[in-house]
Formats: sequence, C-alpha cells, structure tokens
Amino acid sequence: MQGTSGATAVEVAGLIKEFGRFRALDGLDLAVEPGEVHGFLGPNGAGKSTTIRVLLGLLRADGGRIRLFGGDPWHDAVALHRRLAYVPGDVALWPNLTGGEAVDVLAAVRGGLDGRRRSALLERFELDPTKKTRTYSKGNRQKVALVAALASDAELLILDEPTSGLDPLMEAVFQECVAEITAEGRTVLLSSHLLAEVEALCDRVSIIRAGRTVQTGTLDDLRHLTHTTVDARTRAPATAIGDLPGVHNVTTGMPGGVTSTTGTDATATTTHESPGTDAGHHVRFDVDGDHLDAAMRTLAGFGITALTSSPPSLEELFLRHYGNHDDSNHDDGNHDDSAHGTRTGEPADRGPAVDTPAADAPTIGTAPESTYR
Amino acid sequence: MTTRTFAATSVLTLLTLRRDRLRLAIWFAALVALPLVTVASFESLYPTQASLEDYARTAGASPAAIALGGPGHGLHTLGGVVVFEIGGFAAIGIALCNVFLVGRNTRAEEELGRVELLRSAVVGRHAPVTATLLVAAAFDVAVGGSIAVALGAQGLPWTGSTTFGAALAAIGIVFAAITAFAAQVADHARGAQALAGGVFGAAYLARAAGDIGDGTLSWFSPVGWAQATRPFGEQRWWPLLLVGALAAACAVGALILESHRDLGEGMLAHRRGPARAATGLTTPTGLAWRLQRSGITGWAVGVLTAGAAMGAAAEQTGGLLADNPDLLAALGGSAAEDLTDVFFRMTALLLALAISGYLVAAVLRARTEEQAGRVEPLLAGAMSRRRWTAAQLTVPGAASVALLAIGSAGAGAGYAVAAGDIAQLPRILGAGMVYLPAVWVFGGLTTALFGAAPRSAPVAWGALAAAATASLLGPAFRLPGWVVDISPFEHAPELPGGEVTLLAPVVMLLLALTLAAAGTAGFAGRDLATS
Repeated sequence: MQGTSGATAVEVAGLIKEFGRFRALDGLDLAVEPGEVHGFLGPNGAGKSTTIRVLLGLLRADGGRIRLFGGDPWHDAVALHRRLAYVPGDVALWPNLTGGEAVDVLAAVRGGLDGRRRSALLERFELDPTKKTRTYSKGNRQKVALVAALASDAELLILDEPTSGLDPLMEAVFQECVAEITAEGRTVLLSSHLLAEVEALCDRVSIIRAGRTVQTGTLDDLRHLTHTTVDARTRAPATAIGDLPGVHNVTTGMPGGVTSTTGTDATATTTHESPGTDAGHHVRFDVDGDHLDAAMRTLAGFGITALTSSPPSLEELFLRHYGNHDDSNHDDGNHDDSAHGTRTGEPADRGPAVDTPAADAPTIGTAPESTYR
Repeated sequence: MTTRTFAATSVLTLLTLRRDRLRLAIWFAALVALPLVTVASFESLYPTQASLEDYARTAGASPAAIALGGPGHGLHTLGGVVVFEIGGFAAIGIALCNVFLVGRNTRAEEELGRVELLRSAVVGRHAPVTATLLVAAAFDVAVGGSIAVALGAQGLPWTGSTTFGAALAAIGIVFAAITAFAAQVADHARGAQALAGGVFGAAYLARAAGDIGDGTLSWFSPVGWAQATRPFGEQRWWPLLLVGALAAACAVGALILESHRDLGEGMLAHRRGPARAATGLTTPTGLAWRLQRSGITGWAVGVLTAGAAMGAAAEQTGGLLADNPDLLAALGGSAAEDLTDVFFRMTALLLALAISGYLVAAVLRARTEEQAGRVEPLLAGAMSRRRWTAAQLTVPGAASVALLAIGSAGAGAGYAVAAGDIAQLPRILGAGMVYLPAVWVFGGLTTALFGAAPRSAPVAWGALAAAATASLLGPAFRLPGWVVDISPFEHAPELPGGEVTLLAPVVMLLLALTLAAAGTAGFAGRDLATS
C-alpha cells in the first residue's frame, strides 16, 4: 500500500496563512514520513486544523512550501485526495441521511470502500447505520467519519482530533484500528490532545504553538532533550549540586527524610528509602539531558544511599511547550534565566529551552508565571 | 406547572430579542411598508367613488382575487380595497414570520444543543418556549399596531385601521402558538416548521375555498376568523375571541406536551432508514437531489395548485378586465388585446417570480452547506470544487425548468377545465417557459455572489425584490420605463399574444451562464469557510 515511492507523505516548510490581519500560521514546519504515525500537537488555536485544511486544499497558503505526496495540495487536490482519508474533529453530517448512507457518501467521494471492512467497523464501533444522523450524538457522528476513513484503502489518514466525543472503549477500538493500519504500512497524521493516545500510537510528534513548530522528533528524542528529575539521599548534604550548569529546582530535605519541598510535581515518582534508620540527606533536582553525566558524578561524591530518576512524562513535555499562553507569539528569545528555580515544583517553567528547530521559536523558561496549575 | 418551570423567562425573552433583533426589524419594516405604500398608490389609482364602485363590481367579484385575498368587505371604501388587495399577502407574511421565529427559537435551538446548556442552569422547563411566544406576541402586536397607525395616519377610518391591525396581529399570534405546539410534536426542527407551515397552508386554502363557495369552510380556519372581523366593512370584534382561544389552547397544549417529552425528542418517533446508500446517492448530483427533493416536491405542489387556480379563474377575469380599464392598465395590458392573454401573461410572470425565489433560495443552500461544514468532507475526498458547485446548480437549475413547466401547465389545465378549451394549454406553457432565461439570471447572480462575495450572497434577494417590484408594481405606480426595464422579466417575450424575439432571451441566458461560471470559478479559488 506504500505507493509513495519513498517520498515524504507530507512536507511543509515555512507555511504562512493569514485570515485578514490575523496570522494563523507563522512559518510552520511539518514532515510526515511514509509509514509513520505522526502526532500533531498544540494548544487550542495553535493552528493544527488550519494546517490540515491547507494540506487538504481547503484553504490557500499565503506562503511557504507545502507538498502532499510530492504534489501541490491546492492545485492537485482531487488527484491527491484519492490517496488520503480525512476525519475532521467536528463532523457535520446531512441530518436527513442515515448514518449508513453518510458513510457511503463520504467513502464514495474518495473512490469507494471495502464493504467487508465497513460492516466490521460498524460492528466494532457499535454504530447503528439505520438511524438518521440528526439523532446522533457527537461521538456517533465522529464514528461515521471514522468508519468511512478506516474502511478505505487510503495511503494517508489525516485525523484531526478524531476521537473527541468517543468513550474510552471506543477510544481503545480506534487505537486498535490505527495499529492495524500502521501494520499495513500506511501513514497517519494524528492531531490529538489525548496524550495517552499519542504515546500509544505515534512514532514521531510535532508540537506547534501560535502557528509555529516548536519541537519535532520521536518521543524518545523529546525526552532526551529535556530534563530528568532526580531524587536522591546522600550521606553528606548535596547543596553544591545547585551550582552545576543545567541543574534546576533544587530542593533539599532535613535529615530524617522530611523534605522541605513544596513541589506539586505529579510526575515525580516516590522516593524509595533505603532500609535502615540513617536515611541521610534528601535532595531533589531537575537536570538537563546533556548535563546528566556531570550531575551524577558530582552527586556520587556526596555518597548516594538511595536514588530514583524519572524521565519527563509526556504531560510535562507538553506543558513546557503549551505553558505560556501569551498568544502574541513574539516572546522569542528573552530567556530570563534568573527565573529558574524561583517557583520550585512547577513543571511548566523548569529548565532552559531545549533545542528547537527554529532558533527564535517561543520557548520555555520565558514565563515563570505559567498558566499551569 | 409551578412558577419554577418558568424561571428565567424574562432573561430568555431579552436574549431572544437580542438574537433576532435584525431579523425582526427587517420583517417589521417589510410588513408595515406594504400597507403604507399601498394606500398612497391606490389613492391615485381609484380617486373617485365611482372608480371604487367599479372596483367592487369587477375585481371585488373575481373568484381568483377572493381566493387570494379573502372576501371583500367595504369595497366601496378605499380602506376596504386596501385590505382586499394586501390582506392576503400581509396574513401570509406575518404567519410565516411567526412560524420561522418560533421554530427557530424552540426546536432548532434544542437541536443545536443551546437549550440544553440553558436548561442546565436555573432556567425553567417552559422558559424557552414561553420567552419565544412572548417575543412573537410582542412583535405581532407591534406590527398590528404600526399598521393601524400607518393606515389611520393616511386618512383611513381609525376603527377599520385598528381592526385590520388587530386581525393581522391575531393571525401572527395564533401561528406562533401553533408552531410552538408543532415543535413539541415533530421529531426534528425542520419537521416542526414544515408541520406548522402545512397547517397554515391548509388554513389558507380552507378559507380560500370557503370564501369562493358558501363560506362554511372559512369557519374552520383561523385565517378565516381573523378576516371575519371585516375591517372597513361591518366591523365586528368577536371573531378575534376565537383566534385568541385557539392560540391559548395551542400555547397551553405546547407547555403540557413539553412536560411529557424528553429534550430533543418529539411526540412522533424518529424514523429509521436504509443502512446502505443507494448508488444514486453517492454522486454529487444524486446527493444534492436527495437533500433538496422534499423542498422541490413542495414547490411543485405549490406552483401546480397556484397555476391551476389562476388558470381556472382566467375565464371570468377576462371579462372582469374588460370592465375595469384601470386594472387592465395596472396589469400592463390594453383594451385592444385578448384580455385572457393579459391575464395569462400575469400568471406566467407571477410563477416566474415565485420560481426565481425558489432558485435563489436553492443556490443559497450551497452557502448553508459550506458554513455548516458539510462541504469540507466532500472536498477532502476526490471531488473538485467545480464538480461540487456544478451539482449544486444542476439540481435547482433543472428543478426551475420543471417548476415553470408544472406551474404553467397547471394554469393551462385549470383553464381547460373551467373553459373547456384545451387548446390554450400549449400557449400558456409557452408563456411560462419563455421566462426561463430571466429566472436563471437570478440563479447565476446568486452563484456569482456565493463564489466571489459569499458574505453578501443574500443580496440576491434584494435584486429579486427590486425586479419583482419593478415588474409587478411598475405599471400601477407608473414608474419610469427605464426603472421597469431593470427587471430581467421585462425582457422576456410577451406571451401569449406578443412576438417571440430571440435576442433578449439569448442575451439573458448567456448572462446567467457567465455569472454561474464566474461564481463557480470564484468558489474554486477562495478559502472554504471554516468554523
């Protein structure tokens, strides 16, 4: 099913889209390789749906390079659309058609569907195709578009928050279906807010904010680029750790294990105390990926008795990028490093910026007064 | 029903007024302007008592005019003539306005989920419906009162003016209540409006049949009751009690039903349908036909009925026109012509105007579909924008041809039955069909606006209204020729009776196609409206 002949399925560079004076997309980059499930993430209003609509030739780009299967999505819309299936985040249907009819209409405009797969999907999604779509809930309308898309043999599925309104059982069915599709070597661009969904399905993710890409890569890459939380007990007080580069949010505890940290970091794992009465000194800090080695060497000098390290959770990754909701979008560059550590335990504002594709992209660390919490 | 079930009615009343203020203002202006301009023009048309007596004897006795406007009362007075001429239109206008107003603010809001949001707050179960009915009633009283003032201020007797205003307000209120009732019964919002509209159609037809016949049927119609107040004739107020009683019964019935149904559900159960799409449905044209066919069927029934009624009335009307040169002149005819032909031309023009209205509305549906987000998944498939637009135009374009044919054939058949002369049928059919290019000009104009300036697409209605005014009222108001000539309908060959010229129809056809092509290209080149 990989007729893409190795070409990038989606290639967007420097995409600009303006609505009147409002610049919705401001130099956005996105690349989806054949066969991968690519997560497309960003806060509300970041421009995810606008990007998708430009990719579908529904909106005309004002600048940048956009290639879909190597073609121009505006001029070659019809030919390109034979190779993809699309599920919008809010499915509008013709109220006087039944769900089954709507599935067929949506599939027919793409070139048909596999009848057996259609009935299997209707069953798996528990959708009654004889009901008029006006009686459907949002979740059921979503299922109509999902069945039409998943029953097709499209090479690329563009899914814009496809599971909004689905219950957890149906969400699980959806994830199974996407896994099957990936197994067939097909490509998926998945815009989503459900981090568990992204974590379960996506090979790579792109995070956008205010119309720009702020981060792209595999989930492992993103984790590596960001900080690790270290929680340790040492024989000697490890206060000097805070002087190291790349170390932030140091909290130290009193002997006996009572910590002074006020952290509300839900992602921190509990510290497993070593057996014995002398628990030593507690220290907890975040360290950037590329300074981990130096930090651990220094820490070892204080005599480690217990140690846990936790990688950043996906939530934490996103909060770092979503965190500053200043939509003016031009807060680039002014890293206020003195802010670090002033509000311990706030995951949203820890650490300096990780490497970003665009040097002037809005980054974390600029806004200690994060909207998180 | 305690007061709690009405909680927040006042807030919702203000909300409804705020949301509908523009719509209501436009309806108000249109409904009040009609009698306002009519009085002035009729004063000059029928300046003497003798001309009024002539009118009462001729037009006032015409079955077609009676079927349209109701039984004439006080036709020897200017007020009586005004009521006879415009009473029917005003009744239709205010009734439909109330059907739309109430339908939109009750079940349609429910379908959109906004009622759910409101009712989750401290809002009583009956508050949305009650608030809507209060707004409708206030609007109707304002329209009726303003019409009474407009007529009285122009010198018509105040009693008659007030009675006419009250009768119109009563019609508005009763159909607001009927729609509120229908909104509890039907299984969806459009069904509710269709049900209420159907009740109005039946009520109007019942009184038309009754007024032509012995009058019995008129007493089965709330419209007949309102007209039985006989403004400017032998005034009587008591029939308004009947209207008020029906309105109250419907309103209370609506509230009782509302207490016994679930939000979003009607008394009628949802119907199921096929699990697979028929092959015809999966083409763009097939889909457009499926979405529009019930509307087209309704229009077909409407133009057939109207055409047949006018055709049947034509024979008597021919003689009527001979007796009334003023009316003949107002219809754009002269005594030298076959007067039946003059009437047929008028019939064909009226049909063409109505079908142009259909076409404008049908093409504007493309915009509705786009805004509702239903075009996006189609265009995300392998369907080009031109192909989609072509399907949106093919169905109404073909339907407009069929409707013109059905309406004028209906007129021919009606005449054939009444006069025993089938030979006129092809002539009348021809008289209708020659208006096709003019009708299509409005389809083309609407398409061009949809493609190039989608936000201003409803301007097409303004163009049609201007053309209709020029063609219908131009002769009566003695508008200058160049003003009348703005209307495309003036450039259709005058059939039957006139000569067939090809130039004007061909030019209009080309204009229509060019506009449609421009609109199609415009839509293909612009951003899709996104929510």
